[in-house]
Amino acid sequence: MRDKRISLEEAVSGLRSGMTIGIGGWGSRRKPLAFVRAILRSDVTDLTVVTYGGADLGLLCSAGKVRKAYYGFVSLDSAPFYDPWFAAARTGGEIVAREMDEGMVKCGLQAAAARLPFLPIRAGLGSDVVNFWDGELRTVQSPYPDAEGRTETLIAMPALPLDAAFVHLDLGDKHGNAAYTGVDPYMDDLFCLAAERRYLSVDRVVETEELVKAVPQQAIILNRMMVDAVVEAPGGAHFTFSGSYGRDERFQRHYVAAAATAESWAEFKSRYLDVSEAEYQSAVRTFAEEQQ
Amino acid sequence: MNDTTTGTRAEVCAIACAEIFRGAGEIMASPMSPTPIIGARLARLTFEPDLLISDGEALLLAETPALGAKAPIEGWIPFGKVFDVVASGRRHVVMGANQIDRHGNQNLSAFGPLQQPKRQMFGVRGAPGNTINHPTSYFVPRHTTRVFTDRVDIVSGIGYDKVDPANPAFRFHHLHRVVSNLGVFDFGGPDHTLRALSLHPGVTAEEVAANTSFEVAGLDTAEPTRWPTEEELRLIRNVLDPKGLRDKEVSA
Repeated sequence: MRDKRISLEEAVSGLRSGMTIGIGGWGSRRKPLAFVRAILRSDVTDLTVVTYGGADLGLLCSAGKVRKAYYGFVSLDSAPFYDPWFAAARTGGEIVAREMDEGMVKCGLQAAAARLPFLPIRAGLGSDVVNFWDGELRTVQSPYPDAEGRTETLIAMPALPLDAAFVHLDLGDKHGNAAYTGVDPYMDDLFCLAAERRYLSVDRVVETEELVKAVPQQAIILNRMMVDAVVEAPGGAHFTFSGSYGRDERFQRHYVAAAATAESWAEFKSRYLDVSEAEYQSAVRTFAEEQQ
Repeated sequence: MNDTTTGTRAEVCAIACAEIFRGAGEIMASPMSPTPIIGARLARLTFEPDLLISDGEALLLAETPALGAKAPIEGWIPFGKVFDVVASGRRHVVMGANQIDRHGNQNLSAFGPLQQPKRQMFGVRGAPGNTINHPTSYFVPRHTTRVFTDRVDIVSGIGYDKVDPANPAFRFHHLHRVVSNLGVFDFGGPDHTLRALSLHPGVTAEEVAANTSFEVAGLDTAEPTRWPTEEELRLIRNVLDPKGLRDKEVSA
């Protein structure tokens, strides 16, 4: 079986500007932020991003790398809730927003996973979601009338096929089998099923035998067919949480505060973003000690 | 002191939020902020014992704990499965709102133009799916003309004037209640417009009118919202919210 272990830099070198990428996790929960930091260090830009958004989208917006975003929401999940860089990109008119109901994101990924052009869904009808999509979102009429002879017209949620998916899980092997250890798988399996290239980071790479002993079978949400590359990235979800660590609320607040002025952001960027992942993790530990 | 005529405004709001769920049966109650959470749990501890409630993350709670407290669980409801519940219709959500208009259109997305807003909030979240699939209510802790506006900037939650009667896909739309710090409302006014059902003790019709951009039906005939019973006050104060978080959300 193939050994799929590569480095963050090697993973990101497979990306091209203009690609559509899906980012797993949810809000400020188990986001593949080590990958996002690696994208920030690269010159890849002009991205279309599909996400249940949090600071992943915010960080990409901070570097002007997002052209278009498909999302159900963008939230930091704790005060002040609204991501400052996503807000700045939106109020500056810098990104094309394809905002949609949360359930429509799942539906669009399911369509792509099943290689279907669309799936019908009720969510979205009557709302401004349709106007966010500038004609990209159509309806479909059921060929089956109901008992009274009436037919339903529903949103035809288009498939959300991805050039690449990035997800972070707690535990995996070098072949791409991987598990979550918290309470929620989120939609990470669907992101991988919807994508051409599937990049997985895990806090810990273990032997297959150890993986299957460590978790219930139901928690192994990715198999080898769903993953092209495995990166061992301890703390790779920081400052969102992973199975073995909580959200770093202090650091997340620091991120938000740093976005307030050009000076404070330049400082944040040089200390945490213009550095390698190892240097980031070390700077984050120093930050935690300073806060004691 | 358990004086049933001296409950606070926050406690009256909690009762009004509990009443949202009267008759709901065995469905998932999804309150999105402290006062509606107290309300849903109060309903479950009194007149709606079959309600399902979650910890707000992924676990269904077997017992009914205080705000923020843990409790034994009875099941699993990760976000992906919540969408299945939404589509099934077996849910009643109580969302917040940055804006609500007289037909029940709601905004929690952003202010200003769609592609270049003046202020960014959450995006539409689950509001479009919630409002078209199952009963939806709103809780507004500060009732002002800015919230109760003539026209919402972005329709996240759909109002009655968005329903296409020729399309049966809209048949599950139902906005049940709006509870604010001033009163209890529904959309039973002419042409499904906002109607006052009750005003909280001490609140006048003039106060509601002055804090709502449009005319509210039934203001003159609205009765006072009922006080909590002694047992309800005990549950709110001693069991569900001993730290008094409700007073942080609702100012009298």
